[in-house]
Amino acid sequence: MAIPLGYIARNLMARRLTTALTAGGMALVVYVFATVLMLAAGLEKTLVSTGQDDNVVVIRRGSVTEVQSGIDRSQAGIVDSLPDIAVAADGQRLVSREPVVLINLPKRATGKAANVVIRGVTAAGLTLRPQVHLIEGRAFRPGTSEVIAGRSIASGFQGAGVGETLRFASRDWVVVGVFDAGHSGFDSELWGDAEQMLQAFRRTGFSSMLFKLADPARFDAVKAELENDPRLTLEAKRETRFYADQSEALSRFISYLGTGISIIFSIGAIIGAMITMYASVAARVGEIGTLRALGFTRIAILTAFLAEALLLGLVGGVLGLAGASAMQAMSISTTNFQTFAEIAFSFSLTPGIVVASLAFALGMGFVGGVLPAARAARLRIVDALRAA
Amino acid sequence: MSALRDGPVGEAPSGESPNEPLVATVGLTKHYVRGGQMIPVLVDINLRVPEGDYVALMGPSGSGKSTLLNLIAGIDKPSAGQIRVAGVDIARLSEGDLAAWRAANVGFIFQFYNLIPVLTAFQNIELPLQLTSLSRSERRERVATALELVGLADRATHRPNELSGGQQQRVAIARALITDPTLVVADEPTGDLDRTTGGEILGLLERLNRELGKTIVMVTHDPKAAERARRMVHLEKGVLVD
Amino acid sequence: MFIPLLVLRNAFRHKLRTALTIVGIVVAIVAFGLLRTIVDAWYAGANSSSSVRLVTRSAVSLVFSMPLTYGQKIRQVEGVTGVAWANWFGGIYISERNFFPQFAVSAPGYLDIYPEFVLTPEERKAFLADRSGAIAGRKLADKFGWKIGDQIPLRGTIYPGTWTFNLRGIFDGAEPSTDTSGMYFHFEYLNEAIRRQYPRRADQAGVFIEQLRDPDAAAAVSQAIDTTFRNSLSETLTETEKAFQLGFVAMSEAILAAIQAVSFVVIVIIMAVMANTMAMTARERYAEYATFKALGFGGGFVAALIFAESLGIALLGGLIGVALTFPLANAFASSVGAILTGFRVTEETLALQIGAALMVGVVAAALPAWRASRIRIVEGLRAIG
Repeated sequence: MAIPLGYIARNLMARRLTTALTAGGMALVVYVFATVLMLAAGLEKTLVSTGQDDNVVVIRRGSVTEVQSGIDRSQAGIVDSLPDIAVAADGQRLVSREPVVLINLPKRATGKAANVVIRGVTAAGLTLRPQVHLIEGRAFRPGTSEVIAGRSIASGFQGAGVGETLRFASRDWVVVGVFDAGHSGFDSELWGDAEQMLQAFRRTGFSSMLFKLADPARFDAVKAELENDPRLTLEAKRETRFYADQSEALSRFISYLGTGISIIFSIGAIIGAMITMYASVAARVGEIGTLRALGFTRIAILTAFLAEALLLGLVGGVLGLAGASAMQAMSISTTNFQTFAEIAFSFSLTPGIVVASLAFALGMGFVGGVLPAARAARLRIVDALRAA
Repeated sequence: MSALRDGPVGEAPSGESPNEPLVATVGLTKHYVRGGQMIPVLVDINLRVPEGDYVALMGPSGSGKSTLLNLIAGIDKPSAGQIRVAGVDIARLSEGDLAAWRAANVGFIFQFYNLIPVLTAFQNIELPLQLTSLSRSERRERVATALELVGLADRATHRPNELSGGQQQRVAIARALITDPTLVVADEPTGDLDRTTGGEILGLLERLNRELGKTIVMVTHDPKAAERARRMVHLEKGVLVD
Repeated sequence: MFIPLLVLRNAFRHKLRTALTIVGIVVAIVAFGLLRTIVDAWYAGANSSSSVRLVTRSAVSLVFSMPLTYGQKIRQVEGVTGVAWANWFGGIYISERNFFPQFAVSAPGYLDIYPEFVLTPEERKAFLADRSGAIAGRKLADKFGWKIGDQIPLRGTIYPGTWTFNLRGIFDGAEPSTDTSGMYFHFEYLNEAIRRQYPRRADQAGVFIEQLRDPDAAAAVSQAIDTTFRNSLSETLTETEKAFQLGFVAMSEAILAAIQAVSFVVIVIIMAVMANTMAMTARERYAEYATFKALGFGGGFVAALIFAESLGIALLGGLIGVALTFPLANAFASSVGAILTGFRVTEETLALQIGAALMVGVVAAALPAWRASRIRIVEGLRAIG
């Protein structure tokens, strides 16, 4: 015969302050835990969604980021002529040669400067990125000093809004539009005409090339072809993989730091739960004796107290998750160590994180409650009744 | 032990006429308010306890006897009426003055002893003296005497959890006497003890009254215990009867 | 006085409970201290900068280089007593995990401007004599067990290819805060190789470093340098070394702010735990507090007992936590050391740790102490645990 759940719940309600404080401590830990996971997930989501699976990024061998890479015109020409490049309905070959540069711009909020990616794109470049939509203003006119800004840049940096002017590479550039790239890395970029960028930054070579595969299944073959060509010193990656790799360090840093912090914090919350449960057991020694005398088994007692601890954990977990999910309204903008460029991303609450957080909360409740529950179960009926 | 018959701070001892009893309540009334309703506990009590008396307050559960004791001892405040102890109406004292008054004038004996678990018997008895200006050696001397009086000199360094119920109560009695108070109040002093041990405690109280002249007011529901007192007073539903 | 006795005995009445509470406080204080130290380390680079040095970089972004010829013109600016240049190399030593800073620097100019890099005269001479020579900081050399004469291979990312250097010197820092985690080799060695392979990328400097005659002239000289190159191919931005370092920190501002916020969260967590402990403890002793009051001790006395116990436990936990912070910081530093130099527990952190412990003790006791001081004696005596 099991002790009813109502009894357990009512015991928690009877000592409201204690329950509130203990669950509150656990809620804070779960909040930190969930928020960190959400941050890493948000970063991953941003970068994974940056890119299409059937697009291929070509950069110089050995470079990790586009900024480090350089592809001169002759190599670009060779890549251009690959037969596997898809062709649009209007005959446009879906391949884009892009110079990618970092410039230093002051933020709106703090006035401090950060590196922002400027990408020179062509018409093909826009077609290759269907997830990008203009949400304000219009596209830049080729051959002019007009640029369009990704959502995060427009809102985060001075001079990057529609109608505003940016100054870099000894030229003034007018922002004529703002685009939304579906929460991907492109939201943190400024785009302008490729040729104009080459001139302004006095480049002769491009940073990277992007093309769409006519047949996505041919990726490995195409990659091998490019990388084995003696005239070329290039490497090719799927666009999605390319950007995912770029966030690896930052993502891992966030995950490790955050998980480490959460585990340390959880020690505090577990101790809180333990203290509470030990006191709970001590206060109800008489009750335990009575229940045992009535016929409830040791296991029933153990389960009852363990359930009480788990319930505490669950309450804490739900509260913590509620707090963490409110973070989804916020976004973070920071420098990605690997690319040295600013990237904006937000908190992303996935079902996996919900499960992980609740499991973490229950885990804390369990660890905090198991020893006290064992003590309660081990009491001898006679001792318990006498001590009451 | 020298007498410490101080009145409360700031007031000179009143001229106590030989006719005025040590304790006199005048129109003492106490009620609670619960859920908007007024529940009477004591109604117009006029009790007189002469000095040197040993009175047992008796009555069924809920008769208000413990409340009356608490009021006389100064640990509760009445709703109306006077409580005159050694000529001072303690019902009019402020919290701070009442505390000081208690320290000097009342000795407490509780049913569950209420000793401080982390202090030894010696230190428990010494506790009330910490509120006085006596030196350490003076305190030690008095505690030693009190321990002798209750027959626990060899248990001085024991903690309450190392003493039997009867021994704990004797420590409590010693603590109640240590400041040579005007009045000793006892709330069911034998309530938690077996017959034999209870009898010993009652015997001790008797000695305190007869040999040391201590005025004792005791609450009990046990007629056998009440018999050991000098006289009995009955309460029923908040009113003194017979 | 018997209050300390009472407090001490009460604190250890429930040995398990007190022990658990202390462990919790220790963990929280250590975590708080470590997180703050991480943030401090991030800023440490800026704090160890020199007031007589300026850094000049491309106005567009650090990622762009400037013509080498600028060096001459900068040298002629009034107030500049020395110029050096450096390029960030960004190579990979065996694996990407072994990150450490590498710079191609103008020699001997760079060594003259950074007198805090201390080399023996023989090492300095050997380095200057060997074009493909390199020097490494003590911390870096110790980490990989390098000895003078070793060949250090680096796989270039910005400058492709495999580059090998001869370790000619291991330098120590003149101050404890000097960064000895970097490797420096000859700019000319890099430049010549580049000129052969990618001529257009040759003769470009990443940053110029200037030595000032007078530190107070920093702003004026910075402006003078930038004016020299205004409206040229590559406009410059010159700032003090400290401002330059802080610029890097600012890039990770969001993360730093988050870490600092989190460090306070841990204190709040332990505050909740301790408040709970004190509340439970006080509630269990109501009959005792009522007894004290009955005997004539005031509400203030009872409150003081609770405060003293709470502060005592919190302070004990705080002190243990402070003591443990040092070895743990060292352990952390050795695993993360190259990326975050200057990993040192500051006095400010220690003070904050103790302060946090005290605050936890006070806050945890506040409500229980207030309640206990106000107990009605009669109710308190009736209370059973």
